[in-house]
Amino acid sequence: MNNLLLDVKDLHASIEGKEILKGINLQVRPGEVHAIMGPNGSGKSTLSEVLAGDPAFTVTGGAVDFHGLDLLSLSPEDRSHEGLFLSFQYPVEIPGVSMVNFMRAALNAKRKYFGEEPMSAGDFLKLMRQKRAIVELDNKLASRSVNEGFSGGEKKRNEIFQMAVLEPRLSILDETDSGLDIDALRIVAGGVNKLRSDSNSTIVITHYQRLLDYIKPDFVHILYNGRIVMTGGPELALELEERGYDWIKEAN
Amino acid sequence: MSSLKQYIDLYRDHHDTLDKGSVALVNAMRPEALSRLESAHLPDLSDERSQYTSVEQMFAPDYGVNLARVNIPVDIAATFACNLPNLSTLMGIVVNDFFSPSSTLVNRLPEGVIFDSLRTVAAKRPELLEKYLNKIAPQTDAGVNLNTLLMQDGVVIYIPANVHLAKPLQLVNIFSSPTPLMAARRLLVILGDGAKADIVVCDHTQDDAQQYLASQVAEVYLGRDAGLGFYTLEEASLRTSRYAQTFIKQHEGSRLNLHYAALAAGVSRNEFVVDLLGEHAETLLTGMAIGMDREHVDCNTTVNHRVPRCHSNQVFRYVMGGTSQGIFDGGIVVTPEAPYTVAYQSNRNVLASTEARMHSKPRLEIYNDEVKCSHGATIGQLNEEALFYMRSRGIPAAEARVMLMQAFMADVIDTVGLESLRDRLRHLVEMRFNGQSASCRRCSDTQN
Repeated sequence: MNNLLLDVKDLHASIEGKEILKGINLQVRPGEVHAIMGPNGSGKSTLSEVLAGDPAFTVTGGAVDFHGLDLLSLSPEDRSHEGLFLSFQYPVEIPGVSMVNFMRAALNAKRKYFGEEPMSAGDFLKLMRQKRAIVELDNKLASRSVNEGFSGGEKKRNEIFQMAVLEPRLSILDETDSGLDIDALRIVAGGVNKLRSDSNSTIVITHYQRLLDYIKPDFVHILYNGRIVMTGGPELALELEERGYDWIKEAN
Repeated sequence: MSSLKQYIDLYRDHHDTLDKGSVALVNAMRPEALSRLESAHLPDLSDERSQYTSVEQMFAPDYGVNLARVNIPVDIAATFACNLPNLSTLMGIVVNDFFSPSSTLVNRLPEGVIFDSLRTVAAKRPELLEKYLNKIAPQTDAGVNLNTLLMQDGVVIYIPANVHLAKPLQLVNIFSSPTPLMAARRLLVILGDGAKADIVVCDHTQDDAQQYLASQVAEVYLGRDAGLGFYTLEEASLRTSRYAQTFIKQHEGSRLNLHYAALAAGVSRNEFVVDLLGEHAETLLTGMAIGMDREHVDCNTTVNHRVPRCHSNQVFRYVMGGTSQGIFDGGIVVTPEAPYTVAYQSNRNVLASTEARMHSKPRLEIYNDEVKCSHGATIGQLNEEALFYMRSRGIPAAEARVMLMQAFMADVIDTVGLESLRDRLRHLVEMRFNGQSASCRRCSDTQN
């Protein structure tokens, strides 16, 4: 039988009439870690945003199967409930919405989707405490407005914290390493590794090989000009680190 | 033809009845008000200060006026339970224009403090009225003169010098009438030197299907170093028109925190005029408006800095949906006599539907170089990036919108000086954005 968690088939997407994704094919099985690398402007972030359902993009062709569901027909919120999580490259600041209310709304929406009662206040606070510990997120941040006034590192830790709370089946980490110093990188990567299991999968989108020292990929894909032009094992990332992207550009 | 004519005619035909239902001190003011009205008109769209709200039109329909003071019964206990949890207030209720104090109010007012009908105060402390009534509001204003011409009673709040009220005073205005009704309401607030008080005013309508018109004039006097929190919650029906004019004089070192929340309204025109007359006076003038249907909310402010070293800050937030219309016309005037003035203004607005409209106009007149002034106005939509971020975490779009609209109001609610009222406002705003009525009538239900 088909043991795919995610099956992207010839995905095309555009924004404001400009085609960014020009036929993406990607298969992810449970437990796998895939890295997607590529030069700036190749479509890496677009791929993650299209998968998460950002209404700014228009899907112009192709299909995406997510554990048996037609992903592209689902609303962003239902994609989340069904286990898709995007760690944003630039997490959005939402002044006036507290982290606590934000997470409670998210968690209870998911429970409602599966016909469960809202979580009790006590259980919720316990869960928050427990998940915060995974990324060493300060309680003070949890009581503030979502991402407001957070440092770059705190925002990324906050993303992984949310991921820990929502327990997704597929996590897409979009440039989670950007803007992180080495200590923050270790904490964030450590958090991701603690959340890994045989049943859930991770797509790591990154520019540099550095993050892959911490989050070991099973596959490395190179995205260039809206297509995956090369796929290999972890050694491909090392080769990129050594040779840069120019040889990819020249070959395509 | 000016809509004033019908009120002038009404007065001419029935001034005996009108005067009989009032007190001599007020009756004596009417002839002058009348003579000024004969050559006046209410603001309409041709007035620069009222480009989007025709007060003229608000007063044009033929409303009844209860000059004979027929007692219109209202079952306050059954129809209205204004419930501000954790906020224990001393309450007085005005039904149309009839004041009735609650029993707790009568027994528990501190010595020397007055919260009573104008009629009673005219009998007991006429010197207060002679000194302040109709002295703070400008005699050249048509709305004020119309109110003076028709008012029969009113509410007087007086806090003697250096008295600090522990409990907020709450004034609840209710409209109740089986037929369309116009009521002239008058409020006089006097804080002696060093006095401190919080006043919460709630405007309600009892029957959402009936048409009401309120002419409301409030005069507020703050003595030296007095401190007043003055908070108005409008929770009226779509068929209610409200012309509310608030005139405030602040003396040296006094502090005003005024908030107006248009939680639910029909047509509401609000004018706030603050005169800073003594150095180091501080004014925080804030407001919010929610439109979900066809509400029309207009706030027109003027803060006059007439002496040096005063501080004013205006913060107004509107979220307009449906076919509602919001207007903010925010004035700061710094006279040549007012160097070292600090005056700020911020008006941010969200349009939550394609048919809603918002008009924002900062109006700064600065006749002095030694000032620190700033103003900002924005009109936009809910942040699409934030909306997607929330949806990507599983929060349904409709719920995310409500959370963002609530968040948009958060900073202006935070300016309110009473914590329990802030909590209440957060709750009422959430209910309103969720499409429920924000009326206090239902507060008690949701709290239980």
